[in-house]
Amino acid sequence: MSRLAERFRQLRGRGRTALIPFITAGDPHPDLTVRLMHGLVAAGADVVELGVPFSDPIGDGPVIQQACERALRHNVSLRDVLTMVQRFREDDPDTPVVLMGYMNPVELMGYAEFATRARDSGVDGVLTVDMPPEEMGELAASLAAAALDSVFLVSPTTTEERMQAICAKAGGFIYYVSLKGVTGAANLDVDAVGARVARLHGMTGLPVGVGFGISDAATAARMAAVADAVVVGSALVRRIEANQEDLDAAQEAVTALVAEMRQAMDADAPASVE
Amino acid sequence: MSKTSEAMQQPVDFARFPDERGHFGRYGGQFVPETLMAPLRELQDAYARYRDDPEFVAEFQSDCRDFVGRPSPLYRAERWTRKLGGARIYLKREDLNHTGAHKINNTIGQALLAKRMGKTRVIAETGAGQHGVASATVAARLGLECVVYMGAEDIQRQSPNVFRMRLLGAKVVPVNSGSRTLKDALNEAMRDWVANVDDTFYIIGTVAGPHPYPMMVRDFQSIIGRETRQQMLDVEGRLPDALVACVGGGSNAIGLFHPFLADADVALYGVEAGGYGIASGQHAAPLCAGRPGVLHGNRTYLMENDDGQIIGTHSVSAGLDYPGVGPEHSWLKDIQRAVYTSVTDDEALRAFHELTRTEGIIPALETAHGLAYAGKLAVELGPGKTIVVNLSGRGDKDIQTVAEREGIEL
Repeated sequence: MSRLAERFRQLRGRGRTALIPFITAGDPHPDLTVRLMHGLVAAGADVVELGVPFSDPIGDGPVIQQACERALRHNVSLRDVLTMVQRFREDDPDTPVVLMGYMNPVELMGYAEFATRARDSGVDGVLTVDMPPEEMGELAASLAAAALDSVFLVSPTTTEERMQAICAKAGGFIYYVSLKGVTGAANLDVDAVGARVARLHGMTGLPVGVGFGISDAATAARMAAVADAVVVGSALVRRIEANQEDLDAAQEAVTALVAEMRQAMDADAPASVE
Repeated sequence: MSKTSEAMQQPVDFARFPDERGHFGRYGGQFVPETLMAPLRELQDAYARYRDDPEFVAEFQSDCRDFVGRPSPLYRAERWTRKLGGARIYLKREDLNHTGAHKINNTIGQALLAKRMGKTRVIAETGAGQHGVASATVAARLGLECVVYMGAEDIQRQSPNVFRMRLLGAKVVPVNSGSRTLKDALNEAMRDWVANVDDTFYIIGTVAGPHPYPMMVRDFQSIIGRETRQQMLDVEGRLPDALVACVGGGSNAIGLFHPFLADADVALYGVEAGGYGIASGQHAAPLCAGRPGVLHGNRTYLMENDDGQIIGTHSVSAGLDYPGVGPEHSWLKDIQRAVYTSVTDDEALRAFHELTRTEGIIPALETAHGLAYAGKLAVELGPGKTIVVNLSGRGDKDIQTVAEREGIEL
């Protein structure tokens, strides 16, 4: 069983919704990333989503774009990101790590080489934002050969037919994009999201995570009630941005928000099975 | 690649490309965030429905005639030809179109489609401003809201076009991310589209982006090549020996080339921006010096570093300052149907002056790249041969840039 599947199995047993924080690797400085990943786990993260910086992140809003720019000022490459995961794994053999990024760096490294290196570094799942399942054939084969989960986005505009096709190809969990827009936007409709998540649950046994636009503990708690996982990105990255000159302060600000979200999600959870 | 050698052995049926998912060989495709897959499907379906619809075609043609001023003349550059002493040069006068460049052919087509799809808002990216002006123009005419994304850097170097867009009622949004040029404007327009898919039509200005854009823009621009073909048959009684066009994203080039792809005897030359020279690394010539990769929704040749990050480009002309190129060009390069080359900023500027002084035509700096290469090619081919250069745009927008480079204050 993959590390992601195992983690979601455990959580389901405990009646707990997964909290998946996102940070961009190398933001604001490569020295912080591994330490921050451990900090996220200590604050209550169940899975860590690590952004691979890219020069032209068309699916991301200004907050994560700027995180990419900060990381790229230190020339943080896909190879560097894999090294960071490897270092994280030395001290945390259990927490699943999902890479989220764009095709071009993977394209240049080569699918097979990327998949092998990612697996050897301890990566569990890969989400390439600009790679829809229709184009995914060769990459999917390489990821599968390396026993990595392909995580896909499903959006409010995804048709039923495509949802089926995506569920058939997906591994780890389905990432439901909770709004029409880029990361960090703010116009969430919890009921509409809940309905779409329920629809996905009818199609797949995979857990369904929800992300894009979840900016505070209250929203995280409301989303936790309808989904199997809550993904939080821009809200954390904003705190990094605000503390970019002081790595300790950035670490503290980010982990504090994760802990707050964790607490709110658990408090709102239906009578605990624990 | 096996595809390439296969293609070289037997004639390629160019009409079969792209395939139904937008692939030109290994290039093209749809590499976009999930949210855009549905609107792309909607666009594909709408375009499939209307591209051969007699009423749509008739409206496109009458707009091209009455609003744009087509057909654009094929002008024999007598004095320039004599001066060079080589092949006879013809200029396809896209600079005489309404708004001053070939860009309007495409925006007319896409706006007619937007209207039929019930979209009330159009967005566009622009580099030199020509596509932005062409988009704002059709939006004004059809009563559509229009937002144009433009790199902050380009806004500075193309201020007259910014004002034109505003006069036409468009909102021009400066883009301050990344390199603050055309590629970043495209990123920002894509983000806008992701957030506003219900009412918004994205008018992409070149033959790049996700399928169906490279095909659709090519089809609208192919009016250039179809007219050229007929005009050459009328005046010369035969097809030209060579076609030359500048290539940024490559829409004016594909528009000229496409109706000639099956004519193996017509040589095709695409001219990229060599900037300070290919060896300097400061250029915008992905076909000459880049590698295949994925950017802006398609697989194509790109300018990237060894980590797969897109790198900054340089060209004296804002319209060519783009790190990618249309996927069909990448394919035509690989199957060796077209030859791609580059000329430097300085060569383009010399051609700019030469054409202005010999023929009384001030060309756009983008176009001047094609002219610079055509001048060399004319000498190489010698008398008795004919060349058609796509005079893709007029140079009024560039006089400030030229003056500045030459230390002249206007």
